[in-house]
Amino acid sequence: MSDISNFFSRMLESYPLFFEGLLLTLELTVVAILLGIVGGLVVAFFKLSNSRVLRAIAGVYITLIRGTPLIVQIFFFYFGLSELGISAYWCATIGLALHNSAYIAEIFRGSIQSIDHGQTEAGRSLGMSSLQVMRRIVLPQAFLRALPPLGNQFITCLKDSSLAAFISSSELFNIATAQGARTFEEMTYLLIVAVYYLVLVLIFQGIVHLLERKFSAGEERVKTYDRKKNHGKGQLAQ
Amino acid sequence: MIERKIMVKVSSLNKSFGDLHVLKDVDLQVAEKEVVVLIGSSGSGKSTLLRCLNFLEMKESGSIEIDGVQIEPKSTNLNVFRQNVGMVFQHFNLFPHKTVLENVIEAPVVVKKVPKDQAIAEARVLLEKVGLADKEAVYPNKLSGGQKQRVAIARALAMKPKVMLFDEPTSALDPELVGEVLVTMKDLAAEGMTMIVVTHEMGFAKEAADLVVYMHDGQIVEAGKPMDLFTAPKQERTRSFLQAIL
Ligand SMILES: Nc1ncnc2c1ncn2[C@@H]1O[C@H](COP(=O)(O)OP(=O)(O)OP(=O)(O)O)[C@@H](O)[C@H]1O
Ligand SMILES: [Mg+2]
Repeated sequence: MSDISNFFSRMLESYPLFFEGLLLTLELTVVAILLGIVGGLVVAFFKLSNSRVLRAIAGVYITLIRGTPLIVQIFFFYFGLSELGISAYWCATIGLALHNSAYIAEIFRGSIQSIDHGQTEAGRSLGMSSLQVMRRIVLPQAFLRALPPLGNQFITCLKDSSLAAFISSSELFNIATAQGARTFEEMTYLLIVAVYYLVLVLIFQGIVHLLERKFSAGEERVKTYDRKKNHGKGQLAQ
Repeated sequence: MIERKIMVKVSSLNKSFGDLHVLKDVDLQVAEKEVVVLIGSSGSGKSTLLRCLNFLEMKESGSIEIDGVQIEPKSTNLNVFRQNVGMVFQHFNLFPHKTVLENVIEAPVVVKKVPKDQAIAEARVLLEKVGLADKEAVYPNKLSGGQKQRVAIARALAMKPKVMLFDEPTSALDPELVGEVLVTMKDLAAEGMTMIVVTHEMGFAKEAADLVVYMHDGQIVEAGKPMDLFTAPKQERTRSFLQAIL
C-alpha cells in the first residue's frame, strides 16, 4: 500500500473524529473572537479616553499580552482557573479571548482614529452628544473599516487555537496528536490536520477578500423608504 | 429702517491656540434675518470665529449671546444650544454610511426625538427645497459636490436653527457647481434666515449680504454694506485685500 493511498484512507476513516475537532476549533475561535471584540472595544475606549490612568491601564494590558507567548498565557489561565473547577475548554477560550482582545483593541483604535474628525464636528454641530456621535456616526464607520483586519485576526486565532491542545481541549490538533500516538502514524495525522487547517484558512481568507472588495468599492446600494406606508423600516432595493 | 432684534451678539471675544492669539477682542452684532458675509485672508480667524459661535471651539474670554441668551459652557447645555445654530462645512461632512434622507432625519430623530414618520415628511420638504427630492435614497458618495453641500444645508435646516453658519461652503466645489449652492443659500436668505457666511464669492456678498465684515489678523478691520465696502473701503488694509481678490 502506497503512502498516498494510506494517507487518503486514514483521512477518510478518521473524518468523523476530526469533524468533531473541527467544530470545537471553530467554536473556540468564534467565541474567543466575539469575546475579544467586546474586550477589545473596551480596551480601545480606554486607550482613546481623556483619562491618563485609563490610557495607562490599557497600555500596560496591551504590552503584557502582546509581549508574552500565547502558550504561556493559556497555561497561566489553565493552572489559575482549573483550580476553580473551570473546564479546559473555558480556560482555553478565556486565554484566547484575552489574547485577541489586545490585538483587536489596536484594530479598533486605529479604525476609530481613521474616521475624519469632520464627522464628529458635523454630529456635534447638530446637537448630538459625544456618546451619540460615537455610537451612531463614528462606530458604524469604524466597524466597517475594522472588518478586514478583524477577519485576518480571526484566521490567526483559528490557527492559534491549536495551542489549546496542550491543555487537553479536544480540538483539531489535539485529535491529531492523540490519533498519531495511538497508531504510531504521527506524520500521517499531522498531514491530515494540516489539510484541515489549510482548507479552513483558505475559506476564511476568501471571505476576508470578499469583505475587502465590498468595502473598497464603496456603497453601491440604494435604500428606499416606502412612501405610502411609513413604518420607518428601511427596505433594501436594487 | 425697522429696528430688528439682535440674534447674535459677540462682545470682546478672545481666542488663542497656545501662543497664537487668533481672535482679538472681536465685537459683532447680527440682527434677525440679516445675512453677514465674513471675508479676510487665510489665517485671519474667520473659521475660528464661526466655530466659537457654536462652541466647537471654546472661547477664552468675552461673551456670546444668541437670541438674547448668553451662552457659557459651564452653565449652558451645549448640546441643546447647538440645535439653534446650524453649520455648513467646507467639506460637507455628510455621514457616508447613511442615505441622503437618513442624513437629514438623523439629528431630529436622535436628538429632538421627533417621530420618524414626521421627520421623514419634514426632510422630504427640505430636500424638495434644495432640489434633491429624487436623491433621498442614495448614499452621499453617489452625489456631486454641489449636491452634497445642498444635502448638508438640508441636514442643518432639519433642526430648525435660528442661525446658520457657513464656512466656505463653495470652496471645495468645481467652479460649475458653485452656482447651485449659492442659489440655495440666496433662497434661504430671502426666506429670512439669519446667516453668517465665510466666503470668497463676492457676487454672493453683493447680492445677498446686508453686511460685509473684513477680518485681518484676528480683528474686525471694517464692516459695512456691500456696496459701500466694495466701492469705497475706508481702511487701507481693506482696500489692498479687495484689490487682491477682485
Ligand atoms: N485647532 C487649532 N490649533 C492650533 N491653531 C489653530 C487651530 N485652528 C486654527 N488655528 C490657527 O488659527 C489661525 C486662524 O485660523 P482660521 O482657520 O480661523 O483662519 P481662517 O480665516 O478661517 O483661514 P482660511 O481662510 O485659511 O480658512 C491660523 O493661524 C490657524 O493656523
Ligand atoms: Mg477657514
